[in-house]
Amino acid sequence: MNILKLKKIRKHFNGVLALDNLSLDIKAEGITGIVGPNGSGKTTLINILSGCESLDGGTIIIDDSLRSKKMRAYENSIFGITRTFQEIRLFEQMTVLDNVLVVLTEKNVLGAIFEKHGEYHLMKAEELLKVVNLWEKRNELAINLSYGQRKLLEITRALSTDAKIYLFDEPFAGLFPEMIKTVMKIIKKLKEEGKTVILVEHNMLLMRELCDEIVVMDNGKLLSKGKPEEVLNKKKVLDVYLGK
Amino acid sequence: MEYFIHIGIVFFIYAILAVSLNLVVGYTGLLSLAHAAFFGIGAYATAILLTKYNINFFVSAGVGMGLAGMASLFIGIVLSKFKDDYYALASLGFNVIVCSFFINLDSITGGVIGIPGIKKPSFFGLEIHSNFAYLILALVFFVIIFLVSRFIVQSSFGRALRAIRDDENALAVFGYKVLNFKLVIFVISAMMAAIAGSLFASYITYIDPSIFTITESVFILTIIILGGLSSLRGSLLGALFLILLPEYLRILGLPNDTAAQVRQIIYGLALIFLMLYRPKGLVGEYEMK
Repeated sequence: MNILKLKKIRKHFNGVLALDNLSLDIKAEGITGIVGPNGSGKTTLINILSGCESLDGGTIIIDDSLRSKKMRAYENSIFGITRTFQEIRLFEQMTVLDNVLVVLTEKNVLGAIFEKHGEYHLMKAEELLKVVNLWEKRNELAINLSYGQRKLLEITRALSTDAKIYLFDEPFAGLFPEMIKTVMKIIKKLKEEGKTVILVEHNMLLMRELCDEIVVMDNGKLLSKGKPEEVLNKKKVLDVYLGK
Repeated sequence: MEYFIHIGIVFFIYAILAVSLNLVVGYTGLLSLAHAAFFGIGAYATAILLTKYNINFFVSAGVGMGLAGMASLFIGIVLSKFKDDYYALASLGFNVIVCSFFINLDSITGGVIGIPGIKKPSFFGLEIHSNFAYLILALVFFVIIFLVSRFIVQSSFGRALRAIRDDENALAVFGYKVLNFKLVIFVISAMMAAIAGSLFASYITYIDPSIFTITESVFILTIIILGGLSSLRGSLLGALFLILLPEYLRILGLPNDTAAQVRQIIYGLALIFLMLYRPKGLVGEYEMK
């Protein structure tokens, strides 16, 4: 079953076409990798799917519901979407624990005024932060963590949402081997739990190991799609990556 | 003794202004330079209703809060279109506009001459004559506002405000309607500033537009930067330091004119020094970028 159906979606920035009539179906409960050279439109696609950028044209159907062209980022929770960013975007001057609690607690203004985090929220945060070995650092400011720890915290923040679709934009970039193993474990567990993961990544070894399907993009268009071993050996894909 | 009571009353009024502005600037990261406008709206509402219509102080303070709330809702919606430096500039523009209303609506506000002879509050028919009783009244308002502010910053709402300050677009991804949060805190803060205005008007018994200019907004901002952004305790320390500053200068025996100029120089130097060497202020928890 396809959880995401993109039909002829378009996005341009100041005359530059970032997504050019892209049509794509993404299967539910699996890991789909998106690869392509820099500027091929991968991050723009993630930004559009998460409501961080508006759509110029085309339609997006999420889990059989038509998504508005002007969907805002806060509507992600309605569609069960969460994400991480290519450039880490934490709440820098908040503690590690608060970075997680802010996602776990009430999001409605009135509800939030009259709510203080409780035992349930703390237990959930502890469970999540222990997976990435950050529970001991829960009272430190996010800005004081190492690059890898910040990346892990951002992933943990996304996991706090209990979404259906996880959009990870280069989650392995700049991580030590031990941290890469932790993130791989997290992504594999999400798949086991029946979640859909969309992964943008340049590390092809990791993509081959993790992904059920690979989507190759070039100049905002779909170049190829299929199983990793098939797609990544195609001549036109190698041409785009390695040059003709 | 009267002298210390006077200092105490002025301190509580400015502590209310500082705590309320810190909710917007320190906790939410919105650099508002319009706080004196809401201070003025509260002061004028109370002054007009007390002197012209003989309406009870507490009712007039409520009206002032309501007017400041409505004005801040409108201003907040417009300001939501701006970010960072442009936000500060646009808020400054609103302070100028509100001040020009105070000057030009002279049939209501008394124009540049202002409103003299503002009555003291009365409580169940008893007029608060003594400064000591007024000190208690200011203290009660301050304690209520401080506790409400503490309740807000310790709630999930307060945590969301700090997240907005750090990265509002990232927060929106997790289901937060950021605009609603920013508007609600802006309105709450303006209503608190209006209470300070009501207390100020009926204590000093005279107001004019020159009190509520951009200079006053900068002064309140200086208090919270000095004391520390994102810290209610810092707001109190900042208010204490800057309210007492003219009194230290008085002890030095400087002539009044010179003391006023020296005070302005010290405010400026204090800001520069803090930005360079202690950007978090005395006890602040947030460093402005």
